[in-house]
Amino acid sequence: MSIHVDIVSAEGQIHTGEAKMVFAPAEMGEVGISPRHAPLLTRLKPGAVRVQTESGEELAFFVGGGILEVQPHLVTVLADTALRAKDVDEAAAAQAKQRAEEAMSNAKSEVDLARAQAELVQAAALMQFLDKIKKR
Amino acid sequence: MAGAKEIRTKIKSVKNTQKITRAMEKVAMSKMRKAQERMINARPYAQKILRTVGHLAQANPEYKHPFLVDRAVKRVAFIVVSSDRGLCGGLNTNLFRAAIRSIREWKEKGVEAEYAVFGNKAVAFFKRVGGKVVAQTSHLGDKPHLEQLLGTIKVVTDAYRSGEVDRVFLVSNQFVNTMTQKPTIRQLLPLAVTAGEEGERSSGGFPWDYIYEPDARELLDTVLGRYLESQVYQAVVENSASEQSARMVAMKAATENAGKIINSLQLAYNKARQASITKELAEIVGGAAAV
Repeated sequence: MSIHVDIVSAEGQIHTGEAKMVFAPAEMGEVGISPRHAPLLTRLKPGAVRVQTESGEELAFFVGGGILEVQPHLVTVLADTALRAKDVDEAAAAQAKQRAEEAMSNAKSEVDLARAQAELVQAAALMQFLDKIKKR
Repeated sequence: MAGAKEIRTKIKSVKNTQKITRAMEKVAMSKMRKAQERMINARPYAQKILRTVGHLAQANPEYKHPFLVDRAVKRVAFIVVSSDRGLCGGLNTNLFRAAIRSIREWKEKGVEAEYAVFGNKAVAFFKRVGGKVVAQTSHLGDKPHLEQLLGTIKVVTDAYRSGEVDRVFLVSNQFVNTMTQKPTIRQLLPLAVTAGEEGERSSGGFPWDYIYEPDARELLDTVLGRYLESQVYQAVVENSASEQSARMVAMKAATENAGKIINSLQLAYNKARQASITKELAEIVGGAAAV
């Protein structure tokens, strides 16, 4: 009797395989999962996920938080890669908003400058070309 | 000989351009390989979380999350993923054209739209055409990180939660292969999740639900939030791979065109040179005969 384990993060697959038992640092305390566990959904704290393979070997993976989903024959660990905290997210959101507002109000933004430069180069090239034609 | 000299300088300048385009092609090629790798690496997470959300859709939680509820549409939001730099063929133009078409369709129904954008090109585009940009992130670089995207995503999800917008779409380039990138528009919110087949097997047809620890509301919030983020992240890395491959193809074509121009200029130069030699000879012969 075994249970399939998938450990993934947004930036890659970490582990996949069969196991006898899986231990994970759930938010409410460490959980041990055997095959035919009831469906469970919980958040993970930063810590080690330990996988006991069928040969009795124990593999450990560090996760910086994430989500644990348990189905009777399937364990999925969705590990976070990003550092997550509520206030960090809030600050990032405020920044993204601010950038949009600045770009809308400020006519001399970086983007405009780049566009103006590109147009200038084009205009200069056109002038050169017209000059040449006139000379002939 | 004036004509010949002009042509010679022209050939030189085209040759220089060709050197640049060839270098850009090589750079894009190596960057594309890495970008494709990142895209493939991001796939397992997207698949696994989709499976989890699929299971969730079949479970019977006592709590109905706002992300799963379809509302009457009064305002929509578009998350537009573009590249930071140009010189990548029609990649961004095609994407914006697709976006505009969809925006116009909503406008006809009397629905206003707002935008959250990734990448300089989209920022510049919406500035030009006008439109309410609520959040933006650019300069993602060649290695986009999830952290960089979170702020803008949060602005949109907060707007959805508070009822400012009733539907969220993701506009991005889908990487089909090196030669083809397809602009796509997908609905992000409310989640249109279809239950997977394997889930039906595991539940055995009986109504079931998860054990939620600590509680369903918070967990659904986390899981669905992560799902959205992974979708956007996937779109961003896919767009980055599309950008590099589109640039590679565009630069290859530019290098070839430069080669063609050089050939025809060289021919014109040779003709001009020959003509001037013939003219000089004729003058000398004419001069000798006059003496």
